[in-house]
Amino acid sequence: MSDIKERIRKICPSAVFEDGEILFVEVSEPEWYGFAKALRDDLKFDLLSAVVGMDWKDSLGVVYYLTSTSRNWEMIVVKVAVADRENPMIHSVSDLWHVANFQEREVFDFYGIKFINHPDMRRFFLRNDWVGYPLRKDYDANPEINPIRLTDEINEDDSVSYVEDKDGKVKAVKKNVFEKEDYVVNIGPQHPSTHGVMRFRAAVDGETVKKVDVVSGYIHRGIEKLSEGMTYPQILHFTDRMDYMSAHQNRHCLCMCIEKALGLEVPRRAQVIRVMMDELMRISSHLLSFGCTAMDLGATTAFFYGFREREMVLDIFEKTCGARMSMNYNVIGGVIADLHPDFQKDVKALIEIMPSRLKEYHKVFTGNVIAQNRMRNVGMLSKEDAVNYAITGPSGRGSNWSCDCRKKHPYSIYAELDFNEVLEDGCDSFARYMVRMREIEESCKILAQLVDQIPDGPIRAQVPKLIKLPEGRWYQQVEASRGVFGVYIESDGQKNPYRVHFQSPCFNLVGVMDLTCQGYMIADLITIGAALDFVIPDIDR
Amino acid sequence: MDVKIKSMKREDFKDNEYIDKLVEELNATGANVVVGKLDQLINWGRANSLWPLCFGTSCCAIEFMCLGAARYDMARFGFEVARNSPRQADYIMVQGTIVHRMAPVLRRLYEQLAEPKYVIAAGGCAVSGGPFKNSYCVLPGVDKILPVDVYIPGCPPRPEAMFYGLMQLQRKIKVQRFFGGANRKEKIQEFFAQHPEEKDKY
Repeated sequence: MSDIKERIRKICPSAVFEDGEILFVEVSEPEWYGFAKALRDDLKFDLLSAVVGMDWKDSLGVVYYLTSTSRNWEMIVVKVAVADRENPMIHSVSDLWHVANFQEREVFDFYGIKFINHPDMRRFFLRNDWVGYPLRKDYDANPEINPIRLTDEINEDDSVSYVEDKDGKVKAVKKNVFEKEDYVVNIGPQHPSTHGVMRFRAAVDGETVKKVDVVSGYIHRGIEKLSEGMTYPQILHFTDRMDYMSAHQNRHCLCMCIEKALGLEVPRRAQVIRVMMDELMRISSHLLSFGCTAMDLGATTAFFYGFREREMVLDIFEKTCGARMSMNYNVIGGVIADLHPDFQKDVKALIEIMPSRLKEYHKVFTGNVIAQNRMRNVGMLSKEDAVNYAITGPSGRGSNWSCDCRKKHPYSIYAELDFNEVLEDGCDSFARYMVRMREIEESCKILAQLVDQIPDGPIRAQVPKLIKLPEGRWYQQVEASRGVFGVYIESDGQKNPYRVHFQSPCFNLVGVMDLTCQGYMIADLITIGAALDFVIPDIDR
Repeated sequence: MDVKIKSMKREDFKDNEYIDKLVEELNATGANVVVGKLDQLINWGRANSLWPLCFGTSCCAIEFMCLGAARYDMARFGFEVARNSPRQADYIMVQGTIVHRMAPVLRRLYEQLAEPKYVIAAGGCAVSGGPFKNSYCVLPGVDKILPVDVYIPGCPPRPEAMFYGLMQLQRKIKVQRFFGGANRKEKIQEFFAQHPEEKDKY
């Protein structure tokens, strides 16, 4: 860490350091772009893990979490702030890390920070006629300012870019999302193959896709703003409703982040239960993904197969947690209820049956010539692009990028477990699909190791009645079903958080749609979307 | 007149008073035997071939998919043909949170449904905004923009709860008049008059 500090001092002498679990650097806005470039090229921070917009009342700004994949996944935090509240501007880094493209649009949407040289500075989640920036602390939530509008948004194609010229003057340049001659096909927001309410506008040349414009926000529920007004135990349930197919992992992440801040030690029994639930959730998610991918490609029978085994997992959840979905099982310090007496028996039955069922899936769908033709060599994504767009999870591992958070930043008891990180080098939709199928086997392997090793003991640590986090900021990552899920909490010592940010994997997945769909047929867009397997409420939050 | 549906007995429903009230309303003016019988025949057909328009925005949609899969199998009751075009559907089942950006889309889909049409609000979010009620961009219930016929609470509702709600809709359909009498369309127009589009804002 000290070595990095020295090198940063050389690049940017005015940088201010703050020690913590992750090295924290504050740089001034004019130096930011050059510093970012040096971080990427010289210090090899090639992965932009999180972009968090912030309102510190006296200033607005952004907190960047960067990771170096070549140097043992070391992380660094960079803070950039501007005092101007009327017209805040920060240089964009979307040309260095392409993942920042959508992330910065989100920050603009929430805080009104304009990013200089960003190619397409439109709102991302909210209607383009929305008044105000909702995550600012002085936002006026009066419903009369933003009533429920039942008319369409107008001027959807208009965009703007703030371009800096040689003298450093910033000028707003009007842009159009599509070319004038483009033939644009609208897909969504209510389309069965987008797995939720995602809207794509695809410019096509004949049947070939030229450009995909992602229009998000059809299920933007404002979870981050809601969290700011609630106590820590109250915000837990939101994570179950974001990526409902990674409910346990997401909630595990938020609980771990709060426990880290409180310095809580979670009992061993609770840790084992949490990991087992995470893996069961992963199996259920991948089974759903298998079923939906198959159905999108026209294989309805495979859908029924996938759902048959998924019901077994849901039964296990229901017995222990009391619900089939939105389980609300993890709590700060442990889990809310003890395991059902049938738990071990049911898990054993599941892991015994899965190998034969997986064979069945491969027989009915994977080996099918139509499935093969539609998935192989469709939606190519190179490893470099996967890193640059921060495509983690099964989709990233389908591009042969080793990015499993359970291996890179082992949390809970994962370091003790024996399992393999599944990698495929196809870089296409089929590789992504295969990673998921093989991960089911690995999850079964983890479950088999733990099912007879659940230790006795308490299921929850002693937690103070009123949970107040000390001042500071924390970031915690887990491997959710679809990639690395991160939680950022900034506290000012109160019982409710000052800022909560959820860094969802699906947000990055949808950011790569434009790149992966270009040059393929319009029907391939469905395949690519199904193989990336995004969950929309996780994107919109 | 007793409202019977094939799949569930009258005493198994928890709220028979409202259906009795509807029957009373229906019979208040009396009915022609021929027209009444024809009504019954048509309603029997309609109640047993309800085609939903899937409008799943979040978690509840996954439970609806379970309804379509083998274990719960909604085909048993005639609901199986989930349509993706409003032109082919009988009712819209709103599953999930409706936010400001989605509101005009949902309203238009409803307007595109062919008469007679119904709305089911499934899940806490569609009923009242659920856990996101206080958010800056969430509709506190889909009944702010659509006339809702059946509410199904739950977060998400269990598949059995969804069946219960769907059967309530079947019962409601059975006490409707197809020929003359109580005019549903007028009621919908009344609702729209109370919840207008805000065109003058632009």
